[in-house]
Amino acid sequence: MAVHALWQRSVIPGFGLTLGITLSYLGLIVIIPLCVMFFKAADAGWAKFLAELTSPRTLAAFRVSFGIAFLAAFINAIFGFIVAWVIVRYDFPGRRFVDSLIDLPFALPTAVAGIALTSLYSVHGWLGAPLAAIGITAAFTPLGILIALVFVGLPFVVRTVEPVLLDFDRELEESAAMLGASRTSILFRVVFPPLLPALMTGFTLAFARAIGEYGSVIFIAGNIPGYSEIVPLLIVIKLEQFDYAGATVIATMMLVASFILLLAINLLQAWTRRRQGG
Amino acid sequence: MRLELKDLTKHFESTLVLDRINLDIREREFVGLLGPSGSGKTTLLRILAGLEFPDSGQVLIDERDALALPFEQRQIGFVFQHYALFNHMSVFENIAFGLKVRARRKRPSRREIEERVRRLLRLVQLKELENRFPMQLSGGQRQRVALARALAIDPKVLLLDEPFGALDAKVRVELRRSLRDIHDATGLTTVFVTHDQEEALDLADRVAVMNHGRIEQIGTPSEIYEEPQTPFVFDFLGRTNSFDCMIENGHVRLGDKVLAVEPGTPDGPAVAFVRPHDIVLLPVAKPQPTEDAMLPGTAVVRFISALGQRAAVELLYERKLVQVESSREKVAELGLHVGDRCTISLRLPRIYAKAHAERSAGAERPQRLRLRVRRRSRAA
Amino acid sequence: MVDLAPPADLVADDSARRIASPLPLTESFATRVALILVALFFLMVFLILPLVVVFAEALRQGIGAYGAALIEPNAVAAIELTLLTALIVVPLNAAFGIAAAWAITKFNFPGKNLLITLIDLPFSVSPVIGGMVFVLLFGAQGLFGPLLTAHGIKIVFAIPGIVIATLFVTLPFVARELIPLMQKQGTQQEEAALMLGASGWQTLWRVTLPNIKWSLLYGILLCNGRAIGEFGAVAVVSGHIIGLTNTMPLQVEVLYNDYAFAAAFAVASLLTLMALATLALKTWLEWRAGTPVARTRL
Repeated sequence: MAVHALWQRSVIPGFGLTLGITLSYLGLIVIIPLCVMFFKAADAGWAKFLAELTSPRTLAAFRVSFGIAFLAAFINAIFGFIVAWVIVRYDFPGRRFVDSLIDLPFALPTAVAGIALTSLYSVHGWLGAPLAAIGITAAFTPLGILIALVFVGLPFVVRTVEPVLLDFDRELEESAAMLGASRTSILFRVVFPPLLPALMTGFTLAFARAIGEYGSVIFIAGNIPGYSEIVPLLIVIKLEQFDYAGATVIATMMLVASFILLLAINLLQAWTRRRQGG
Repeated sequence: MRLELKDLTKHFESTLVLDRINLDIREREFVGLLGPSGSGKTTLLRILAGLEFPDSGQVLIDERDALALPFEQRQIGFVFQHYALFNHMSVFENIAFGLKVRARRKRPSRREIEERVRRLLRLVQLKELENRFPMQLSGGQRQRVALARALAIDPKVLLLDEPFGALDAKVRVELRRSLRDIHDATGLTTVFVTHDQEEALDLADRVAVMNHGRIEQIGTPSEIYEEPQTPFVFDFLGRTNSFDCMIENGHVRLGDKVLAVEPGTPDGPAVAFVRPHDIVLLPVAKPQPTEDAMLPGTAVVRFISALGQRAAVELLYERKLVQVESSREKVAELGLHVGDRCTISLRLPRIYAKAHAERSAGAERPQRLRLRVRRRSRAA
Repeated sequence: MVDLAPPADLVADDSARRIASPLPLTESFATRVALILVALFFLMVFLILPLVVVFAEALRQGIGAYGAALIEPNAVAAIELTLLTALIVVPLNAAFGIAAAWAITKFNFPGKNLLITLIDLPFSVSPVIGGMVFVLLFGAQGLFGPLLTAHGIKIVFAIPGIVIATLFVTLPFVARELIPLMQKQGTQQEEAALMLGASGWQTLWRVTLPNIKWSLLYGILLCNGRAIGEFGAVAVVSGHIIGLTNTMPLQVEVLYNDYAFAAAFAVASLLTLMALATLALKTWLEWRAGTPVARTRL
C-alpha cells in the first residue's frame, strides 16, 4: 500500500509563505542566536566549565537565584490563591478594580518596579522604616530579593487559578454538603484537589519567571557576591569583563537547571492530574 | 454540469476513507449521498468541491479534469454543515461576498450586485433580514443565508453537507420543500450528504447509499427501498427483523415456503430480512396457510404499544426479539395481550448470504432487551 | 399497610429549622472577612504601595522639578528611542504572529508542537540572556564583530542592537494570543471564502482578520507594553550611552545610580502611566471581546 504523506495537501493557500516567514524569522532572531550561545559555551572546554561550575561565587549566585525564586513562588502560591479565591468567590467594593490591577507587575517595566520597591523598603522608606524599627533590614539583602520576586510573580498564580475557579462546578460542593460534610472538609477534600494542578502551573510559571528576573531585583538586592548576587547579574558582570566564555557557561547552566526543574514540576503535575482524572 | 468520479480512493492517516468510488451524476440531477458517520460521504463531497484531494482517481466536471482547476473555474456552490457564515458581516454582505471578491473585470457593478443579492433574498424568503447579522438569526434562517450565498456566484453545481442536520424537525421539513423548489427553479445539478434516510428518500432523484468508503447501492428512492441489494442498505433504510435460514441449491426454506434466491447468491447459512410492517400476526391455533411464509412454532408477545390506528408489537420468537407493526383492529381481533402467543408469517422477505450480512453490517446490532413493567394492553 | 408518618421526635420544629445553619456552601462570615482582608493587605503591600511611591517620589521636589526632569534633553532622547523601538518592533512581531498563527492553525504538518515551543522560547529565557546572545553575535569580540567593525556598522551599543534585543524578547506575544483562538475557530470560514472565489489575501483580510480582531489587539497591546518596558535585554546590549542608546528604563537606571532620585522617578512615573493605560485598555478589550481574553499563561 502507498506510503501516506505526513503532510496532507491543503486547499488553503499560504502554507509555504507563512511557514517560510515563521521559520526564517524565528531562526534569525531566536534559534541561531541561542545556538551560537550554546556553541560558545561548548567551545569553552571542560576545564572552564568545571571551573565555573565549582566557583563559589557562581554556586552562591545559583543558591540565591533558585532558592529565593522558589520561596517567592511558594509565597505567591499561597497568597495568590487567596487573592484568586477572594476575587472569584466573594463580592466586595472595589473587587473589579483590584482584579484589573493584578496584572500590574506584568505591565510595569521591571526597572520601575525595582526602584519603587527599593524606595519603599529602604531604611527611610514607608515600609522599610517600620521594619527597621523591629530590627529587620529589607533593602540590599536577600529579603529584598524575595520581596522583588514576590512582586514579579504575583499575577501568575492568580491568573492561572482564576479561570479554573470560575469554571468550578458548584454542584460538587452542594453534593458534598448534602452528604453531611463540614465546610472545612468540603474545602480541603472537594474544592482544593482539582485546583491543585492549576496552582502548580501558576507556581511553575512564577518560579520560572523569578529565576531569570533582572530589572526588579538589581536595585534592591545589594548585589554582594556570595550573598545577594543573582545569576543574571553575574552573567552581565562576566560580559562586561569580556569573559564571554564564562558568561555563556553560566547561562547554559542556568538554562539546563531551569529546564530540569520545570520538567520535574511538569511531571509532578501530570502525575497529580492523572490521579485525579483530569 | 455533469460530474464523474472514477476510482476515487482516499486514505486519512492509516484509515481507508474512500475505496475506489465510481459515480456518475447527470445534469440537473438531485443526488443524495446517504450513509452513517464514517462512511466517507462528507469526504466524497469535499473532494467534489475541491476542498480535499484524493490519493488516486479522477474527478471530471463536464469531462474536464477538475482536480487541476482552481476554485474560480470550478463554479461550485458549497453549503457547509454549520453554514460557516461570516459572523462580522451582515446577511447582505455575506451573500454579496462571492461577487465582491471577483477580479475587477469580472466584478458586476454595485447596482448589479444589489439586485442580485435582493433577488436571492426573495428566493430564500429572507428579504426583511438583509441587514441582520448571523448571530441574530435562527438556525433555519442561517441555512437559507448560506444557500443564497452559495447561489450568488452562479454555480453550475450545488453541494450541501448535511444541510438540515442542526435544525428542528419542523424547520427541517419546511426547508426540504424550499430546497426542492429551488432546485426545480434553477435546474442546478445538486448533491447533498445526509445520514437521515427519510430526508434522502424524500428529496433525491437518486440516492447513493455509502458504507465504509464504498457505495453499496445507487438508485431511485423506490428502487433502493423496495429492492435493497445488500443487507446494509436494507438495514439502514428502515427497521429490520432478521431470521436465520439456509440456502441449499439456490433455494431457501423459510417457514412453510420454499423461496428462490437471487442467482449468484452462494449456498450456505443465510439471513432473511423483513420490515416490521411486513410481518403478519396470526392466531396460534391451526391458522390457514397464506401466500406468506409462515414460521413454525409460536411467538410470545412481550410488549404492545397502541398509538392511534397503529400498534407496535414486540414478540419473542426463538429467543430473538421481533418488532411488528400492525393495526389496532388486528391486535384486537386476535385478542392479543402481553404474554399471549401467536403465529407469525413473513411477507416480502429479502434473503442475503450470512457472510454478506456480517461483512457489510459490521458488528451485528445487539438485541436490546427492554425492561418494562408488564401491563395489560388496552387493545381489548 | 405501613404507617409512613414520621415519628414525632424526628419532625423538625419549623422554628428550629430556621435558626439552624443552612448547608455549608460558603465560609463563615468571619472567615470571609478575614480572607478578604488578608488578600487586600497582600495586594496593598505588593501592588498599591509601589505604585503610589513612584508618584510620591517623582513629585517630591515639586511639580516644577517634575516637569523639568521630563523635558531634559537626555530624557527626551530616551523617550524618543523607546517609542522608536516600539514602533519598529510591534508591527514586525505582529506580522510574525499572524504568519505563524496562520501556518500553525490552518495546516497540519509534523513538528507543529516543537514549533510552538520554540516560539515560546524567549518567554522562558532570562532577558539578560536575550541581550547576551546578540552581544555574542555582534559585539566587538563576537562572531560577526570583526566583519561589522570593518564596515563601520555598529549593532551592539547602538540602536539596531536595542531593536533586535527587544524583538527577541517580545517575539511570542502576538503569536501566543492568536494561536489558541485560531485553533478554536478552525478553517471553515476560510474554506467558505475560498469556495466563493476569494484569493488567499482577500480571505485573510476580509474573513480571518476580522475574526481575530480582539485577540490581535490584545497581543499587540502586550507586545507594546513589554517593548517599552524591557530592561534586562536592552541593558546588556545598549552600553548605556546617555542621550544615544538609553531607552526610558535605562535612563531610569542611570539617573537612579547617579542619585538623581526625583528625576529617575519622574521618568519612571511616565512609564507607570503607560503601564496603567495598558491595563485600562486591556480591561476594555476584555469587556469588548465578551470573554476574558487574558491568557492563563502569562
